[in-house]
Formats: sequence, structure tokens, C-alpha cells
Amino acid sequence: MSAVDGAPVPMTAKRRGAQLAMLAFAVLIVMGAYASVGLGLDGKIPSGMLTYGLGLGALMLAAYLVLAKFAPWADPLLLPLVTLVNGIGIVMIYRLEQAPMPGANATTQLMWTALGVVMFSATLIVLKDQRALQRLTYTAGFAGVILLAIPAVLPASLSEVQGAKIWIRLGQFSIQPGEFAKLALVVFFAGYLVAKRDVLALAGRRLLFIDLPRARDLGPVLITWGFAIATLILEKDLGTSLLLFGTFIAMLYIATQRTSWVLIGILLFAGGAVLAGMAFSHVEARFDAWLHADSPELYETAGFQLMQGLFAMGSGGILGTGLGQGHPNLIPLAFSDFIFPATGEELGLTGLMALLLVYALIVQRGLRTAIAARDPFSKLLAGGLSFILAWQVFIIVGGVTRLIPLTGLVTPFMSAGGSALLANWMLIAVLVRMSDAARRPPPQAIQDEGLTQVMQR
Amino acid sequence: MSELTLLLIRLAFLAALWFFVIAAVGVIRTDLFGPRTAPAVARKPAKVAKPPSRAKKGDPRQLIVTGGPLQGTIINLTETPITIGRANDATLVLSDDYASSRHARLFPQDGQWIVEDLGSTNGTYLERSKVTRPTPVPLGVPIRIGKTVIELRK
Repeated sequence: MSAVDGAPVPMTAKRRGAQLAMLAFAVLIVMGAYASVGLGLDGKIPSGMLTYGLGLGALMLAAYLVLAKFAPWADPLLLPLVTLVNGIGIVMIYRLEQAPMPGANATTQLMWTALGVVMFSATLIVLKDQRALQRLTYTAGFAGVILLAIPAVLPASLSEVQGAKIWIRLGQFSIQPGEFAKLALVVFFAGYLVAKRDVLALAGRRLLFIDLPRARDLGPVLITWGFAIATLILEKDLGTSLLLFGTFIAMLYIATQRTSWVLIGILLFAGGAVLAGMAFSHVEARFDAWLHADSPELYETAGFQLMQGLFAMGSGGILGTGLGQGHPNLIPLAFSDFIFPATGEELGLTGLMALLLVYALIVQRGLRTAIAARDPFSKLLAGGLSFILAWQVFIIVGGVTRLIPLTGLVTPFMSAGGSALLANWMLIAVLVRMSDAARRPPPQAIQDEGLTQVMQR
Repeated sequence: MSELTLLLIRLAFLAALWFFVIAAVGVIRTDLFGPRTAPAVARKPAKVAKPPSRAKKGDPRQLIVTGGPLQGTIINLTETPITIGRANDATLVLSDDYASSRHARLFPQDGQWIVEDLGSTNGTYLERSKVTRPTPVPLGVPIRIGKTVIELRK
């Protein structure tokens, strides 16, 4: 591969050193955060710092070795960036566990992270070429729908936790199939849109400034829309519904470059949500808790969590109270849905902005992979997976900052929760696989063919 | 633990967090614009000897798709030939009804890039003229394959 090593083009460099250095840096920051929590709480470095730090370091080293072996050309930044947010999440959960806050358990989260790394490695090893997923388009779509529908069909005793019917509970063990469904559905959307995008992009007529599609091409959008609204109503889960529909619209836009699809999508979803709000009390209650969270009637009940989160971020201010020195345990569920305001109290606006930038960089690497990908399916899949990550961060951060109605989505990689962590690690594995394919230099010719040679097929 | 120490730890942690972000942006920057120092060629003079023609200023370094569904795709040119077509193992995979599975090939020879049609059904066009035999491709001249237009750039 001498032609590659000496190539003047930096794109094809493997950047292994940079990757390892950034990975070590991320683990060091996490260990620093851990020490800082201990110093803030009781003035001494916690005894478990080395266990946690080295545990995380060993896990990430394993992930790095798998990546270096099975996807050597992959993007150097994805793994370190994910390591940082995952590690900060564990530290925050540890901090809440020490507060003490019932339910927060950092050891479980570290264990789930280990399982996440196993899933990451397994996905990288099994999935040799992401285009194999294209053959599974309809299988993935079917699997996604089934996974999403199971909790809606199960009786509430087996599927409902705190008002959201999105779980499968088997005794002690519970998983959220929706987290895996969203991966399967993105694969389905990508495969489907590659096959249909010409008709969706070209047919139709122009009205004023936008190209309107034909009425019969609205079918897929309407079906996805109906599906999203059904999720909203049957599973009482505004978050997943918004997440899936938004992702479909974004991928439709990537595939067709037509603004009209985005407008149609927004109108459909807004209309559907308003109608659902009028017809179903639990959706209406969500909207009320958002619009009037600070009213005296709702403050003690539905708006309490939201307001506590806002107070926490307010008391954090620009620089935060410092790790271990705030009172994030006053926010209900601070270790799962509200980990972002809890982090905001202790790290302040400065820390939150850095975290948001880390998410933005992960998404940027994903979109960059989409641009560099060489076939339409990989382009759409990388674009879709990056978008769903960005969109999820937007929905939950928008929710806890009261920009949009609060929905029960997890903050990717930070919130306590096994299913989400596993699914997101798989998502990153697929992105890594695609960035490996996109950055790999073109295959070497087997022989130097002469100019006159004719290729026959 | 005094207030001051805790304040310093807090600020140091935030600084480290931001330094991580900046370092990450630095890695991306190198990806986009190349290393700040002279490229690897200058540091390892042993490797320059092989193709003296490649380092020349006017040589194309990138293949850019300027039209069609894959618009915006960039492929960096190395010494290896580039195949274009609908086959999955092509360097640039087209999903275009007007392209053949092995449609055309671009390869370097004596410091210039040559386009060769591989017996495609609908032909390859260099600017307006159909490519019937291997033809050198000047910088910035569009090659049309079905709905896709590609160009060589510096």
C-alpha cells in the first residue's frame, strides 16, 4: 500500500495515533470528573476512581482494538467523542447515587456500557459491508414495526412504566424495544428511498415556489404519519413518534432535495399532534405541563420535574456549581430523562455547551461520512443515522429547556438505561463501518492493464 | 478542601472539557486541509523517488461529481485506476438506468488521467464528444455518464 502511505491527500490517512490520543484524553477527562465529584462531596478522591477509570479505559481500548482490526480506515473521532459523553454520563449517575438518589446506579450503567461495547464490536465484526443491509430493507422495516408495536399490544402491567407504554418487562429485566426499532426503521427508510427516490423527486408540478408531489406519491408519507400518530396515541410516547417521523422527513429531503416534503411533513405532524391533543387527555396534559409549567396549579404536579430542572440549570449559571457541589438530586429522575439539567447545574452553561458541541461533532462526522460515501444507500443510511442522533438530542434538550413539549426520550449515551445505550452503540458501529468504507482508498488494480485491452462481460 | 481549591478544580475541569472539543476540531481540521506542517512527502524523502511526475503542481488531485444524484461526491486520486458503473465493486457506484455495470475507467498514465469507455451501452462523453478510445482528460472538463457529470480538479 505504498501508494497510499505517501499520498499527498490527507483524507486517506488512518489517523490511528490521533484516535488513540483523543481516546486517552477522553478517559482522562472522565477520571478527572470522577475525582472532582469526590473532592466536591467529601473532600477526598473516591476510592473507586481507578476502578471506574481503568474499567472505562479498558473497555474503550478493547473497542479501539476491534475498530483498528476490522475497520482500520474508520473515522478517528467517533469513538473518542462517544467515550466522553458516555463517561460523563456514568460520572453524573455516580454523583447522583452518592447524593443519595434511589434508582441511580453507576455500576449498572458501567455494565451496560460494557455490553454496549460488546454490541459495537459484534456489529463491526458481523457487518463486513454496510450494503448487506440494503438486501434487508423490508425485513428491517417489518422488524422495526413489530418491535415498536409489541409494547402497544401487551397488557399495561407488562409494558407500562410511569405512564409510557414502551417497555417489555419480564420480572427484574426490562427493555425498550423502540430503541432498536428506530435503527431498523432507519435502515428500512434508506433502502426504500433509494429504490423510490426518482419518482418522489421528479414527478409532480410546480406551484408558486415549491414543487408539489403527485397525490399518489404521498402514500409512504401518510403511512409513516399514521404510524407516528398511532405510536403517540397507543403508547403515550410523543418522543418516539416525533423522532421517527422527523427522521423519515429528513431522509426524504436528503433523497429528493425537495423542500415541499419538509413542509408537508411539518404540517402533517403539527396537525396530527394538535388533533391528538384535543382528542386524548394524556396528550393534552403533556401540552399543558409544557405551556403552564410555572402556574400554581401545575407546579406541584405535572410541571414539577420540568421546573426543578430549570431551577437547577439556573442555579448552575455560567460556570456551574462544580461537580459534587450542587443539588441535582432535587430533580425527579435526574439520572435518566433529566440528566442534562443535572449536568447543567454542576458544569454550568460552559460545560453544557461543550457537551452539545461534542454531540454536534459526532453528528458532523456522521454527515461527513454520508458525503464521502460512494453509493446512494450508504449516503442515505449515514445521513439518516446522524440525523436521528442529532434530532434525539434536540428533542430531549429542547424538552428539558422548555423549548418544546417534554417527551420521555433518553439523552443518547448519557442517560441511565440499557436499551438506549446498546442501540446507540450499534448505531455508532454502523457509522464507523460506513466511514471505514468511505475513507478506504480505492482498491488496487490486480495487474496493469494495457490501453488496448477490452473488458468483456 | 478549601473553596479556592474547589473553584480552581472546577475551572480546570471546564478548561479540559473545552480543550478536548478544540483538539477534536483540530483533528477534523487536519482532515479537511491537510497537516499544518509539510506533508509526509517532505518528511520521508525516500518515498518521493517513485513517481516524480505526481508531485507536479498542475496535476489533478480530486475527482468531483458535479451533476446527477451523487453530486458533491469527492474521490481523491491516487495511483490506482477508478472504475465507474453500476456494479457494486466500482469505485464510484452509480444508480442510474443509463449507466452500464462497468461503464468507464479513469487511469493515470505519464502524469495525465485517461478516460476509457468499457463498452457501455449509452456511451461516455468528454465535453460534447463521445469517447471511443482512451482519451486524456484535461482539468475541469466534464465527463458525462448517464445522468452523472464528473470533473477532475486540482
